[in-house]
Amino acid sequence: MNVLKKIFRFYVDGFKNIDKLGIKLWIIIAIKLFIMFAILKIFFFQDFLNSKFDSDKEKGDYVIGNLTEN
Amino acid sequence: MSLVDWSRAQFALTAMYHWIFVPLTLGLSFIVAFMHTMYYNTKAEKWKNTTKFWMKIFGINFAIGVATGIILEFEFGTNWSNYSWIVGDIFGAPLAIEGILAFFLESTFIAVMFFGWDRVSKKFHMLSSWFVAIGSNLSALWILVANAWMQNPVGMEFNPDTARNEMVDFWEILFSPTAVHKFLHTISNGYVVASLFVIGISAWFILKGRHLEFAKRSMLIASSFGLISSLFVVFTGDGSAYDVAQTQPMKFAAMEGLYEGGEGVVLVTAGMLTPGKKYDNDKDEYVFALKIPNLLSYLAERDANAYVPGIRNIIEGDKENGIIPLEERMKNGKIAITALKEYKTSEDKTIKDEALKTFRKNYKDFGYGFLPDKESAIPNVPLTFYSFHIMVGLGFYFIILFAIILFFSIKQTIDRKKTWLKIALWSIPLGFIASELGWVVAEVGRQPWTIQDLLPTMASTSHLSTSSVQITFWLFTVLFTVLLIAEFKIMIHQIKSGPKEERS
Repeated sequence: MNVLKKIFRFYVDGFKNIDKLGIKLWIIIAIKLFIMFAILKIFFFQDFLNSKFDSDKEKGDYVIGNLTEN
Repeated sequence: MSLVDWSRAQFALTAMYHWIFVPLTLGLSFIVAFMHTMYYNTKAEKWKNTTKFWMKIFGINFAIGVATGIILEFEFGTNWSNYSWIVGDIFGAPLAIEGILAFFLESTFIAVMFFGWDRVSKKFHMLSSWFVAIGSNLSALWILVANAWMQNPVGMEFNPDTARNEMVDFWEILFSPTAVHKFLHTISNGYVVASLFVIGISAWFILKGRHLEFAKRSMLIASSFGLISSLFVVFTGDGSAYDVAQTQPMKFAAMEGLYEGGEGVVLVTAGMLTPGKKYDNDKDEYVFALKIPNLLSYLAERDANAYVPGIRNIIEGDKENGIIPLEERMKNGKIAITALKEYKTSEDKTIKDEALKTFRKNYKDFGYGFLPDKESAIPNVPLTFYSFHIMVGLGFYFIILFAIILFFSIKQTIDRKKTWLKIALWSIPLGFIASELGWVVAEVGRQPWTIQDLLPTMASTSHLSTSSVQITFWLFTVLFTVLLIAEFKIMIHQIKSGPKEERS
């Protein structure tokens, strides 16, 4: 428990003493992740098969249908 | 442009942007670890400040580049759903391991590396820099293993009931020669990129007459690392080329612009391809070419007189040398596709069993059944040829540059060699260009395949509208350009500030 507390404090202190550059980089990371996961993934990059089918069997049959359609 | 072209363009765009950040992370992490070790061994403040400066540069690159590769995974699921479904079981394990390693090794120790100054023991702090370097490189291993599998699909079996490739031998996938060579060649290339970067920035400081001792220290470390790495790149590149000759002969022929194969084939070290040259016309292959007799045969087969097929031989076949004509492979592929359809639709067990047997017999040529014509089996030869030759040329140039910089660094006269310092500075982008060209060779050269011989790009995409892929293409262009500008601005600002020791 003591070790976990120490690790937790290590991270808290680290973030508390972070310099201007570090803050700027964390802001960039946060904005980037927000754009990627909250905008791009949800609105533009839905998993094609998951959005159309529920079971693996349906997905497999659909893909085989695509491969053998002509 | 078709849906397939836009999907390919989008993937190429995101992969190439992503690859601006990755090689610098791979190499800079080790350079930081070397410097940190110097500080640990000497306890000298100058090494502490040197380590801190490059650690900050590493941090900027890491922060801007982190997670840019995830977009590639988004694209797999959306644009390339057939492909994703078919390879799913193969990719799952390596990518899961990558996620775990990236998360636990990199993110745990990167925090210790940045927050650990005077907070953890010096030894643990120094080791954490090494763990970050090893963790970054191990993360790269798994994605490169997955890529290698696409180039040389081993250790798996296609399940016609689920339409998925199932892993039958994890170790065969992990240790396939393609995976081993690709991993070693790619990471050592990252070390070269980072070494050029450190040398170039250090040269800038010397040219500006600032932080001279710091710059000379950095140069000595980076040129030593760069020289060893660039020599290793030649060794691993040779291994990769040999592997390509064995597993992807069409790519190998395109790399050399070789249309007509034979025994004792010459190596073209530099040259210009004849515009309009096709496999079925009689134009000369090259407008001009510098050639070394028999070397291509040696590089491809380790025998100076060995047979190496050219593009025409692969298309038209050469049964004497065991090359099946493309037409026959296309016919086999169509038989496999029809058999798969019959297996899936028939209710009769005897017909199903027979269809499955036929499918398995012809599966090795499955992908050829989708090709509309013979021409579509040939990658873009000029792009592959020039990318390959420029990459190789730059690789040898880097060796010379590192050797010269190291020589003057050891002699402690580097600060007087203005011309070489300018060359070093302007060589920074060349490292990135060579690195990107390596991927162009690997990925354009293997066209039309997403999985070598088994699945071409035209059968890999989702049924989407072309406009939806166009929209996300431009979205990514904007997003990545903004990220790149942010990286440049922050990095240049930080570099101009210089290391702490001499700022005052």
